[in-house]
Amino acid sequence: MTKAPANQIETKTLNVSFHSNQVLKNIDIKIPAKQLTAIIGPSGCGKTTLLKSFNRLLEIQDDVKITGELIVDGTDIMKPGLDVPDIRKKMGLISQKPYPLPMSIFENVAYGLRIHHDKKAKALEAAVQQSLQEVGLWNEVKHRLHDPASRLSVGQQQRLCLARALAVQPEVILCDEPTSALDPVAAQQVEKLLLKLKKDYTVVLVTHTLRQAKRVADYVIFLYFGRVLEQGPANEVFTNPKSAEMKAYLSGEIS
Amino acid sequence: MIASVLIVIGSLFFIVLVVVLNGASSLSLEIFTQTSEGGFYLGKGGGFLNAIVGSLLLAFPATGIAFLVGIVIALYLQRDFLHPGIAQFIRLCLDILWGIPSIVYGVFCLTIMIAIGMGGGSVFFGIVALTLLEIPIITRSIDESIKMVPLGLKESAYSLGSTKYETSIKVVRKQAMPGIIAGILLGFGRGIGDAASILLTVGDSNYFPTSLFDQTAALPTMILNLASMPDHIVQRKAYAVAFVLLIIVLLISIITRYLTKKSSKYIIK
Amino acid sequence: MSSTLKDTILKQKMVLIALFIFLLSLLSLFIVQNVVLFALFLVVFIILLLRHLIHVTRKLYNLLGTRIMMIITVSMIFLFFLLLLTLLQGSFQIINDQSLAELIFSSNWKPFSGHFGLFAVIIDTLIVTAVSMVIAVPISLLTAIYITEYAPKKFRQMIRPFIDVLAGVPSVVFGLCALLVLVPIVRDSIAPLFGVSTSSGFGLFTASLILSIMVFPIIISLCVESFSSVPLALKEASLSLGSTKWETVKKVLFRASGPGILAAIFLGFGRAFGETIAVSMVVGNQELIPSTLFGPGQTLASLIASNYTEVSSIPILASALIFVALLLFIVVLIFNLLGFLVLRRASKRWKY
Repeated sequence: MTKAPANQIETKTLNVSFHSNQVLKNIDIKIPAKQLTAIIGPSGCGKTTLLKSFNRLLEIQDDVKITGELIVDGTDIMKPGLDVPDIRKKMGLISQKPYPLPMSIFENVAYGLRIHHDKKAKALEAAVQQSLQEVGLWNEVKHRLHDPASRLSVGQQQRLCLARALAVQPEVILCDEPTSALDPVAAQQVEKLLLKLKKDYTVVLVTHTLRQAKRVADYVIFLYFGRVLEQGPANEVFTNPKSAEMKAYLSGEIS
Repeated sequence: MIASVLIVIGSLFFIVLVVVLNGASSLSLEIFTQTSEGGFYLGKGGGFLNAIVGSLLLAFPATGIAFLVGIVIALYLQRDFLHPGIAQFIRLCLDILWGIPSIVYGVFCLTIMIAIGMGGGSVFFGIVALTLLEIPIITRSIDESIKMVPLGLKESAYSLGSTKYETSIKVVRKQAMPGIIAGILLGFGRGIGDAASILLTVGDSNYFPTSLFDQTAALPTMILNLASMPDHIVQRKAYAVAFVLLIIVLLISIITRYLTKKSSKYIIK
Repeated sequence: MSSTLKDTILKQKMVLIALFIFLLSLLSLFIVQNVVLFALFLVVFIILLLRHLIHVTRKLYNLLGTRIMMIITVSMIFLFFLLLLTLLQGSFQIINDQSLAELIFSSNWKPFSGHFGLFAVIIDTLIVTAVSMVIAVPISLLTAIYITEYAPKKFRQMIRPFIDVLAGVPSVVFGLCALLVLVPIVRDSIAPLFGVSTSSGFGLFTASLILSIMVFPIIISLCVESFSSVPLALKEASLSLGSTKWETVKKVLFRASGPGILAAIFLGFGRAFGETIAVSMVVGNQELIPSTLFGPGQTLASLIASNYTEVSSIPILASALIFVALLLFIVVLIFNLLGFLVLRRASKRWKY
């Protein structure tokens, strides 16, 4: 096993613009491995855009221009000629609203394994079970694995999406406000899961609730209108903010 | 307002009623079991089994080919593959093709048939004409339902490491399934009922076609032929054929409802 | 343990290396002509291929799949132009023979003596289309409003499937009913009502009537669809400002679904304009401009249907009919472009 470098993701002067409207400006950040990094900031400041640029998901949209370096595991993944699906496989995405695939619960988790041919048919069921257990969904769905995934509750769907992402064995889990569409109980479940997962994965969490960031984050990045104003270990940033905007954000004057 | 509702409902009901009443009364078993040889057009016995078979032989292959072509184009029109501007241009072309009167497709095929010296009409060119007619219909209907696939779903598929091709074939296709089914059946309905394109391309026959290059009868052209006969009793037989067409259209609608409901089980909203 | 991204990238490079080695093996066979070297390279290639088979096949599927999709799409566009070119090329003969002006502005259509003037047919087509739209559009619009805004829920649930099914009924069925039922009615009751006693029942009016009945379901179902997509909040806003229901319909519903109504009318127009079979069964098939609306005429589309059987005996007639088809194509083309532009402008203006 190769030793994971201290910084899993690093960006150098990353710029992103949609339709000639610059959303991210000169982003230079470091995301430490096997920790939970929270990206916080007022809404509309480019948090989601930054998150989706990590696994090159922005490219499927119209009229996007991305420049700069994006270094994952010591390799610049913005270099042309790389196989983008393989990069994405390494980074699971949990979106704001859960989007299970239009298939059964079982097939949802098995999908990633099937397309990558990672597992033989026999091992497939075991792998699916393991992923579902990891997110605590197994006992809830083991009797109806072949029901449509759309029949699950939203909270269950979100955990299914997590299980689906874990099945392909990513290194990084990107979460885009994963609890904002959920009821409080389900949100707490997902939050606990993320805390558990950071032992084995690098977790990047976009959140607009400050309290959530304070509860779970090890490392914090503060985005303000497309710029990174602060980054550092969570306790440092929260107890000792340097910029005026961060102070205002912490005191709840801007949200 | 009420008056206009009455006019619309009245006239449409009237048409259905005329066909159903007259058609049902001239239906008989022999109509479904015999071909039109031996004077069906002259007021003697016989049936239109050959037209039913002919119509199915035309519409099924045409719908099949048009579906294969249509779904491929519709998937390719996604922004994942094609610049949205170009896709818009192709949509415009398809809309124009959809709007072209079907007789133009008939003339197009007839031109080719004359050019290569096969002017008599055949099953093959009937299928070609119907395929051309159905491609824009099926493509645009599938395209509309693919447009509805949420971006988040595609992002999910991509972030699991799917290639563009896998995302389209395995995820987008499943999500768009109800629209795809509706599109296929819409195309089939148009194909089996269209007379103008077939009129110029398949000729006529009292027998079952035995090869691709035989002439054949079909339901819509048979209505035309029967209706143009001077004898009133023969003319009324056209109602029976029209009744069968009406039943087919109704069946298609019922099947569409059933299948779209069934296939939307897995759809993510 | 899962492989890291570096391993994955290495894997990709291996695929390229494998392909490169395959190329080398081909080179050594054909250019260096050394069989041993070829075998060596081939073995290395096969080993690499087997180790990274999945990776290679997925890439290949993606590449080939995408290429095939592209080829089919491009050939579709090609087909569009092929259609246009074939019709253009087919009509060259008649244009050379007759001159465009004579074709379009002469009313003398006598194929057997070599005259192919289309003026009367064009005018008839315009009349039939216009009359049918004048009948169909207001009635369909009112019906659509009734269905979405005023009708009880039960009625709405029953009527919508009925209309949708009727939109799919083949035109030849409408034509048949028109021929056997409408023609006698027009002859015996409607024409005398307007003071025309000599009508045979076959004529422009009968054709317009059946066309308007045919386009009812099309316009209604499209309008109902776009009316029901108007957000409820918009209607509520208008009603809460004290407008009556009818004012709301006029000011809110019509404006908000303007593009949808336009699209429905365009589609109905296209259907009426190009309808062939139903029209040819009842229009009378005479290439002249009748003195009354009840007299017999001929439309562009029905002209083709009623003349194509003579193609084998008069060769140039084929070219003339192809020219008529070209005219139909061009009109549809222009109308679609117009509709596209209008709708694009409209949907920009109507965005809310």
